[in-house]
Amino acid sequence: MNFETIVGLEVHVELKTDTKIFSPAPAHFGAEPNTNINITDLAYPGVLPVLNTRAIDYGMKAALALNCEISREQHFDRKHYFYPDNPKAYQITQDERPIGVGGYVDIEVDGVKKRIRLHHIHLEEDAGKLTHGPGYSLVDLNRQGTPLIEIVTEADIRSADEAYAFLEKLKAIIQYTGVSDVRMEEGSLRCDANISIRPYGQEGFNTKTELKNLNSFNFVRRGIEREVQRQIEVVTAGGEIQSETRRYDEATGETTLMRIKGSADDYRFINDPDLAEVHVDEEWIERVRAEIPELPDARQQRYVEEYDLPAYDAMVLTLTKEMSDFFDATVKAGADPKLASNWLMGDVSAYLNKEQIELHDTKLTPENLASMVKLISDGTISSKIAKKVFQELVTNGGDANKIVKEKGMIQISDPEQLLAFVTEALDNNEQSIIDFKEGKNRAVGFLVGQVMKLSKGQANPQLVNKILMEEIQKR
Amino acid sequence: MSNFTKEDVQYFADFARLALTEEEKAAYAEQLQQMVELTAKLKDVNTEGVAPMTHPLHRVNVLREDKPADLLDREEMLKNVPEHEDGMIQVPNTF
Repeated sequence: MNFETIVGLEVHVELKTDTKIFSPAPAHFGAEPNTNINITDLAYPGVLPVLNTRAIDYGMKAALALNCEISREQHFDRKHYFYPDNPKAYQITQDERPIGVGGYVDIEVDGVKKRIRLHHIHLEEDAGKLTHGPGYSLVDLNRQGTPLIEIVTEADIRSADEAYAFLEKLKAIIQYTGVSDVRMEEGSLRCDANISIRPYGQEGFNTKTELKNLNSFNFVRRGIEREVQRQIEVVTAGGEIQSETRRYDEATGETTLMRIKGSADDYRFINDPDLAEVHVDEEWIERVRAEIPELPDARQQRYVEEYDLPAYDAMVLTLTKEMSDFFDATVKAGADPKLASNWLMGDVSAYLNKEQIELHDTKLTPENLASMVKLISDGTISSKIAKKVFQELVTNGGDANKIVKEKGMIQISDPEQLLAFVTEALDNNEQSIIDFKEGKNRAVGFLVGQVMKLSKGQANPQLVNKILMEEIQKR
Repeated sequence: MSNFTKEDVQYFADFARLALTEEEKAAYAEQLQQMVELTAKLKDVNTEGVAPMTHPLHRVNVLREDKPADLLDREEMLKNVPEHEDGMIQVPNTF
């Protein structure tokens, strides 16, 4: 029997506020243990949490960018659980009226476009971090109270590849809004997957399992593939899937049972009496909406329609906001869009990849890249010489015009100067002329090469070719 | 109103990792039963046409700016911690 994969994702994203959601302690990653804390985070008796305005702003910004409807009246609830990562013994979250409802992310897998609907996005606080030792655990509460949004999808995802594409797109959109670093390796983006299978044609869903410990997008993909395989094996052997939490083991690629879900799950939600309701009006929503930059989909469309770029190029250029902003600025500085795109996707990306750095780590600027591209466009330098100019720009910076002048890299397009090189090359290589007359076209390539050598690489290759063909006929 | 049993007490004690004696369970069951009965009186109030509320105070948008303040010094904090290691709070394994 053939089975259909059904996946819903729960994605936690840490918001990049300066302070925590309910306390004014700093909320930055990487501090010494228990140095970013205050009495509210430690739940000392009598403390009162007060909501950080920016956490609402950022949560709304993400929700709007993901096409959610914003809840005009929100409040916070207590979700009770007893574990040392949270000294209050409850997490403050939005259970009843989340910040964003509905919404969607459009993805494309193998050329097929698809819309993944979101159920909702809610705002909540992160918990501290435990390190487990022999017989005891060590608690670091720096992360306790860091604002999070949890993005919950509908069970619309039908393959591991769709889950991967969804996460890539979600990450890009959130990164564009600037509300989070969305770095999985630093824990600012975390993902759990709810997975079930059903025979093709069946309506309704079967019992699902929840898969945790998915520490990269690749592990999400592999984990889903493996868990689907496991479920098919269980069902095919006549067994039943039970509601349980499983852990993906990176080393073995297997999913292993963590715990069986059951009646023990009782979070005893109540409205948090410490926190007042949050009412959001149109003005607030529109102020936040106005801060959202143009998002990847809109930029891709613009690149294709205005600059005539191939859809693939537009997609690659918009994967990160930094690259897309850089491209826009380069074009604005006067560069031909197609040439600018080719350079950014080609030599620039190759350089970043080789050096394992980001654009802002180089000396390249939209202005100096544009000045170089303009020199190529107007024939001042050849693309071969441009590669040398690029090396100079990316490592030392500076102005392309100046580099070209100082290093004598200007392309020679003066027919008289070129004729002198061509004549010299022909005089020195009589055998090649004979070869050419005998129909060996290869000889032309050799002669062009000789001219380039004589001109120290500065001759305009197209013109050299033209003049050479004219001259060789005369011999 | 059904009675609050010792099993109910055990159910909630498990969440909080509390070990209770049979006597304690019986005593808490009785006290919790009284609380339940007290709050059950709310059910007699006619709430026909009254909108649900989440908070008794009619204040909304109690907010603060995103500015760091009131940091707690780690060494001060650790004075209240019986056992710690490398600045981290040591707790029993809860698995």
